[in-house]
Amino acid sequence: MGGPESAGGRARRRAGGVTRGLWSDRRAIFGLVVLAAAVVVALFAPVVAGDPIAQRDIVATRFLPPLSIDVHGGFHALGTDRFGRDVWARLAYGARVSLGVGTLAVLVSVLVGVAVGAAAGFWRGWPATVLLGLTDFALALPRVVLLLLLASLWQPSAGLVILVLGLTGWMTIARLVHGEVRALAVRPFVEGAVGLGASDLRVLVRHILPNAMTPVIVAAALGLGNAIMLEAGLSFLGLGVQPPTPSWGNLIASGRDTLVNAPWVAAAPGVALVLVVVGATLLGDAVRDRLDPSLVVRRTA
Amino acid sequence: MVLLLLRRALSGAAVVFGVLTLMFFLLRLAPGDPARLLVGPAATEEQVTAQRRALGLDRPLPAQYAAWLGRFVQGDWGTSIATGRPVASTLAEAWPATVRLVGTSLVLSYLLGIAIGVLQAMRGGRLDTALSVATVTLFALPGYWLGLMLVMVFTYQTRMLPAFGAAGFDSDFLTGWDRIADRLRHLALPLATLTLIGIGGTARYVRGAMLDVAGAPFVAIARAKGLSPARVAVRHVLRNALIPVVTLLGLSLPALFSGAVFIEAIFAWPGVGRVLVEGVVARDYPIVMAATAVSAALVVAGNLLAEALVGWADPRVRADAHGGGRAE
Repeated sequence: MGGPESAGGRARRRAGGVTRGLWSDRRAIFGLVVLAAAVVVALFAPVVAGDPIAQRDIVATRFLPPLSIDVHGGFHALGTDRFGRDVWARLAYGARVSLGVGTLAVLVSVLVGVAVGAAAGFWRGWPATVLLGLTDFALALPRVVLLLLLASLWQPSAGLVILVLGLTGWMTIARLVHGEVRALAVRPFVEGAVGLGASDLRVLVRHILPNAMTPVIVAAALGLGNAIMLEAGLSFLGLGVQPPTPSWGNLIASGRDTLVNAPWVAAAPGVALVLVVVGATLLGDAVRDRLDPSLVVRRTA
Repeated sequence: MVLLLLRRALSGAAVVFGVLTLMFFLLRLAPGDPARLLVGPAATEEQVTAQRRALGLDRPLPAQYAAWLGRFVQGDWGTSIATGRPVASTLAEAWPATVRLVGTSLVLSYLLGIAIGVLQAMRGGRLDTALSVATVTLFALPGYWLGLMLVMVFTYQTRMLPAFGAAGFDSDFLTGWDRIADRLRHLALPLATLTLIGIGGTARYVRGAMLDVAGAPFVAIARAKGLSPARVAVRHVLRNALIPVVTLLGLSLPALFSGAVFIEAIFAWPGVGRVLVEGVVARDYPIVMAATAVSAALVVAGNLLAEALVGWADPRVRADAHGGGRAE
């Protein structure tokens, strides 16, 4: 390894520059704080929220407005729903599902996108033509139409939602990686690695890809917000995560029936959703501004 | 330019064809039997088999595909398994409603989004920050949730606007202004939901594109000539910033259409999205196939329109088309 152009070293230096800049960016701080808070709430749901269904009598505890105390002395910061379940607790447990599904879906997108983009950028000729054609085709598909179709054809479940969201969200990443890999493949340090006898796969994975990951991180942050929103949408239509497992989407759906007498049931998960999506978007924006992928390509090409 | 558009139209047709092929095989490979669904749970095995034969589902897949494709191309889209009505007429009734909703929303969200984005890029400072917070929040709003919140405020609490359908139950008896007002009142909430979200995305993008162009040398020259800031912003910066924005318009159509599916489902808007959702729930193959084809065709047509607009806005694309090279 080693050498001034070692891929890992460059990536580290670049990443170091990014994190330093980020701490002075209010958008990045807001995004990080919101996402970190959501993750903490999701991980420690039993601690921060207690048991969502520990209610003894529904009649006395249902439809309590936010900030009320029930007859048993239980405090409900966000009120209760029609079954007397604590909305905050449902929200906290729902965060596990929504964030988990969103993150895993983005992971699938990143894996597929990087594989397709890297292959198309590295092996020119017919593989590139086929892969780029496939990407363009997938980009032209109405994503939700496809999601609805797949989610309704098979039994709805969290695993299916992850797979479907992941397999319909990789195209942007593939395009970004394709551009980066193409620009990097002609750089001297890559030629050097080839000259030293490294195999194609090794050159691609060890030397090119680490340098092409920055735009992927940005796209993944933006994609995370999108995936969480779409998961909620599918669950809202009853085609995603099934109740009684709480997800922010089916929480909104369950609040839909009680909009008149208990609007907080639908409002709370929506606000949580908006906060997390705004956080992910702002963080993605901040990282992108710090390291505009187009600037990077221009500088390195 | 014409040649370029023709080529794009061909590749658009290929996309629609690809979508149809994909959908056909996905639908047939998935679990769930429309014949069984149609005859009901009490039917005997023989009745299910007979129903399957009547629907042509007992033949091998490639044969079903070829037969279906042949009929589809000739405009025979079959009858809905669930309702027994011709699919073509169901969709013929549905698509204008979708185009009306999505089209109006598109125009409004681009006009307002461009205005806000330009204002942000020109003024900067506090106003820019405040509007940035507002637009990123709008952008992050899930349509189905925003729709519910608007229903809560405008339908349940203030009782100002209807939240169901495209026309009132008495709309057939209304005439003149009353009829138009009824239609507009029904359009208000779904349109506001789609448009508010659209404004967020557009304004964010326009602001970014404006700032990208603002650093270009020709902008400095325009300023040095002594042109007013407003003139520089509109004639020199916005004009060039609009090129990526128009491209985005084409790219954002699938997303906009997707958003409309949720909105139509919430507001019971009688468009393609609602037909699609209902068809999917009932496993109504012919309806789903046709609704998918129509939505893919609408998206492809929108992309073509955006392509034509870019060619009109950017002479370089036209020149490129004449040279035969492909803009990349």
